[in-house]
Amino acid sequence: DCPGTSSAQAGSAAACQGCPNQALSEAAELRERLRGVKHTVLVLSGKGGVGKSTFSALLAQGLAADEAKQVALLDIDICGPSIPKMMGLEGEQVHQSGSGWSPVYVEENLGVMSVGFLLSSPDDAVIWRGPKKNGLIKQFLRDVDWGEIDYLIVDTPPGTSDEHLSIVQYLSAAHVDGAVIVTTPQEVSLQDVRKEISFCRKVKLPIIGVVENMSGFICPKCKNESQIFPPTTGGAEKMCQNLNVSLLGKVPLDPQIGKSCDKGQSFLSEAPESPATSSYRNIIQRVQEYCDQHHFQEEKII
Amino acid sequence: LLSFLSERNNLAGVRHIVLVLSGKGGVGKSTISTELALSLRHSGKKVGILDVDLCGPSIPRMFKVQDNDVHQCDSGWVPVFVDQDKSISLMSIGFLLENPDDAVVWRGPKKNALIKQFVADVAWGDLDFLIVDTPPGTSDEHISTVEALRPYKPLGAILVTTPQAVSVGDVRRELTFCKKMGLRVLGVVENMSGFVCPHCSECTNIFSKGGGEELAKHAGVPFLGCVPLDPQLSQSLEEGRDFIQEFPKSSAFPALAHVAQQILDGASQQSS
Repeated sequence: DCPGTSSAQAGSAAACQGCPNQALSEAAELRERLRGVKHTVLVLSGKGGVGKSTFSALLAQGLAADEAKQVALLDIDICGPSIPKMMGLEGEQVHQSGSGWSPVYVEENLGVMSVGFLLSSPDDAVIWRGPKKNGLIKQFLRDVDWGEIDYLIVDTPPGTSDEHLSIVQYLSAAHVDGAVIVTTPQEVSLQDVRKEISFCRKVKLPIIGVVENMSGFICPKCKNESQIFPPTTGGAEKMCQNLNVSLLGKVPLDPQIGKSCDKGQSFLSEAPESPATSSYRNIIQRVQEYCDQHHFQEEKII
Repeated sequence: LLSFLSERNNLAGVRHIVLVLSGKGGVGKSTISTELALSLRHSGKKVGILDVDLCGPSIPRMFKVQDNDVHQCDSGWVPVFVDQDKSISLMSIGFLLENPDDAVVWRGPKKNALIKQFVADVAWGDLDFLIVDTPPGTSDEHISTVEALRPYKPLGAILVTTPQAVSVGDVRRELTFCKKMGLRVLGVVENMSGFVCPHCSECTNIFSKGGGEELAKHAGVPFLGCVPLDPQLSQSLEEGRDFIQEFPKSSAFPALAHVAQQILDGASQQSS
């Protein structure tokens, strides 16, 4: 029996399967649920291991430094959820309440959700095919009680597949400010990142800009710089010029970054003097400015 | 009946199948796959690499054959040979893309269909080793690849990690995947394990140290060794050059050669 379009079950009851209104109902439901989210930023790459989760965590922490802002970090990497560890929340579990799942709060104004919180052991593997992953991503958006948020940061796995298609599809019900794309300087990364840029253009997802991580290493002893991941084809700078996207900044390699991530501490707090910290802070500011401009333009239209 | 026969034919000449897995992206699966192939070739073996990373195919460029096309023959697709010797052959979705910047934006079922084809329809001929390079994760590509390869009894899987806890955390899950899928683990490689400054020789553990070795011990699987960060290795991969031949004095060389030797030892054990 049709639960009705205004019901909480709209789109997801047994009777909804095959109904032509199902997609519309689901979209309406998600739009309602995400109504309190002011800005959404997706963090993408094409390539694994370039620092998406690191950047997502630092972006969330950087934005949440303003205690007046409410920030949420959603980790949709279902096979390899890194966010709980990076935020110092390993071992935390998700609690249910009348209004849905509660995010796990690092600070009063910084809440986190990840499949990592649903696993009981660090050895538990999530060996799921696409459709089941999509289902969980939808639940993360529909069933988590995010409340009123200024910034929703979404950390993604590498690639251009189920998770990416689904998040763009589900978030289209709400509104996405844009995507930050993370890369490292070498061509083997850039060749995947160009594909991610194609993906963004295909699904009409605005690109806020590109972050080049692991951009040079200064030896702590002799202070000489080495290019461990050489930009043989011009690095992110050349790629951004060619594809007409903004380069938000370049971040050097600092061994403290990995250490802070492993310990679940904010690198920005642990190493305030590092050149990597000032690079990250500049990038975070640019992302914030982009979102604010966007909001301003929206208000103008209204 | 005919398609069954052709399936039997295409992998019938392959003596040993080795999967290269991680849970984590960017740890060096494709790098290790490439260097392992080069090492095995230098030991006189014929090697094929099957690249089942459909979203981010890295293998063709590492051999400088990214502009090559794939041709068909009676038994299926002809793999791309990297040189005149025909001692290393490759198959990757990278060869099937018209434009290298084209994104392959497929959901699971379509990826699974191509992987089945890649396993059954590539005319590898006689190979000593088929190395299967995978994307990060434990999802469609991994399930489909292991299931499709099961009848051919792979030698096992090498798991690649970087030293830090964030990587090891994902690789632990990959170990669970291997156990659940009945895939033997040949061992763990700890990649990007230390950087020796070319100017002053100071070693810095940029991505920490020791996580891979600890993981191997904890999981009761062999530890295949630490491979340090070497910009010469990165450069060789970028330019599609033979690192094993050009930089035998590199700090990464002994580690990579050691991994290859252990695979060779494992293979001769399986053969006998």
